[in-house]
Amino acid sequence: MLRSNARKFQNGLLYTLVLALTLGWLLPLLAALVTAVRTNDEILARGFWSLPQRVTLGNLAEAWSRGGLARYLPNSFIITLPALAGTLLLSSLAAYALARFRFPGDRLILYTFVAGMMLPFQILLLPVFRLVDALHLYDTYWALIIFHTAFQLGFCTFVLRNYMRTVPGEILEAARIDGCSEWGIYSRIMMPLSLPALAAIATLEFTWIFNDFLWALVLLQRDALKPVTAGLATLQGQYIMDWTVIVAGSLEAALPTVVVFILLQRYFIQGLTLGAVKG
Amino acid sequence: MARIALGRRRTGHRINLVPYLFVAVPLLMFLVWVIGPMFYSFYLSLTSWDGVSPPRFIGLRNYARLLEDPIFFTSLANNLKWLLSFITVPVALGLGLGLVLNRKLPGARLIKAAFYSPYILSLIVVGLIWGWMYHPAGGLINSTLMALGLKSLAKGWLSDARLATWCIIVAALWRQVGYVMILYLAGLQSVDPSLLDAGKVDGCNAWQQFWHIILPLLQPVTVVVVVISIIDSLRAFDLVFVMTRGGPYNSSSVMANFMYIEAFNNYKMGYGAAIATVLFLISAVFIYAYLSRMFANELEY
Repeated sequence: MLRSNARKFQNGLLYTLVLALTLGWLLPLLAALVTAVRTNDEILARGFWSLPQRVTLGNLAEAWSRGGLARYLPNSFIITLPALAGTLLLSSLAAYALARFRFPGDRLILYTFVAGMMLPFQILLLPVFRLVDALHLYDTYWALIIFHTAFQLGFCTFVLRNYMRTVPGEILEAARIDGCSEWGIYSRIMMPLSLPALAAIATLEFTWIFNDFLWALVLLQRDALKPVTAGLATLQGQYIMDWTVIVAGSLEAALPTVVVFILLQRYFIQGLTLGAVKG
Repeated sequence: MARIALGRRRTGHRINLVPYLFVAVPLLMFLVWVIGPMFYSFYLSLTSWDGVSPPRFIGLRNYARLLEDPIFFTSLANNLKWLLSFITVPVALGLGLGLVLNRKLPGARLIKAAFYSPYILSLIVVGLIWGWMYHPAGGLINSTLMALGLKSLAKGWLSDARLATWCIIVAALWRQVGYVMILYLAGLQSVDPSLLDAGKVDGCNAWQQFWHIILPLLQPVTVVVVVISIIDSLRAFDLVFVMTRGGPYNSSSVMANFMYIEAFNNYKMGYGAAIATVLFLISAVFIYAYLSRMFANELEY
């Protein structure tokens, strides 16, 4: 009896501790939400914990229109969606070959993809910058679309290949005996069976590509083409003293990934674990 | 095995071209945009190049200069701080949270969501939100200290050369912990509960159960977590760029940031490539470790 009471107390204490930590974890986001609707002068003069005299949507409107978020956000989609489609399509081809066949060089190819996905980006910056320039793609959407498509092939191929290996060979053989071509097996059997993995990877890759900053910084110059990450860095310089606008812009910039995450949370988490735990 | 035999039957003893056709385009793209550029960077690191006139071969001179550059050593030391923080805090906290939240707790789903929600934000958004947290006048941290009557502790967090790096790392850890927690939660789900029951029957207490049963079973997850954390810590760039630009006086510079500034702001591209190559060599140790572990696992198939 005494023991079980002590245990109950212990568990209660642990739970309280976790709840406190959770609240602490949310604090930066809550602080940002509050900041976004207050006025800059007031918060700087009287501190964050002062009672708001005035609640305003002015910061959100300022960041959206003059801050450029209305322009930057669509750019992010223009870059992210084609890159996502490209990398899923191409990686599924490679994954199919690596999962279904043994052929000279298959290991080497797989390890090339895996090693490439773990590279520090800096080792690619200058040559990719040069290559993009030589192809007359510097300062275009295409530079980012093509690079993201290519770079993300490493992760996607690796994860999809691992997933496709779990598809029973008998199903594929049966299809072949029925006279299905390799392309038919890939497109009409393997791809539909891989939908769970594709959904998981797509969700994860969407946020990764959408959140890229470095490549936008290096491969783009025109403000009109910038995705929202690079746009926010510009906005930061523009409103250097006006933190309420900067924070409001940050929240607006985060909105698409937050929506994707809320709607597709399950896939997002599956993507993370597929990529790592299977390794 | 059967499918290999099948492939052979169709093409006789010749090499089956089908897999090569499937892999050709993606592989070519990866070679052109990722693997090739990597090697080209090695070459560029042996040149002097301003980005306009053609690169001029100068041997190892960039590397010799690196050894006399104090910013290089500051950056290296800061990357080490990042690395050590990344392999300790998220592993401990992520594992702890995973263990607690793996049980049926009221609101566990919401608590989990609270911890990994920062991971969906871009590093730029994280950097700006935390830049505001650290703001000397209106920021949450100093405002709280003032409200508690601890005015003496309030300071310009990001303008203090001794603190800036640690302040940025805190923001990075805030984003990373939830990710590691998810990986551990997935790992814990595959732990066979009957093993834990067996431990209980043998009189294991909670600590012994954790130390002798759960932790060894989670070892594969831990290896992956540590490798990912190291790679991520070496990639640190966005937060430094948006929170301090490496300042004050380069005190919060990291290798990635140092490379960017030398190459794209100072137009010393050969020098930048040399910095990138050093960063690559450090990463390569861990990439190699990961690949060789993967290779060992693959052989079991």
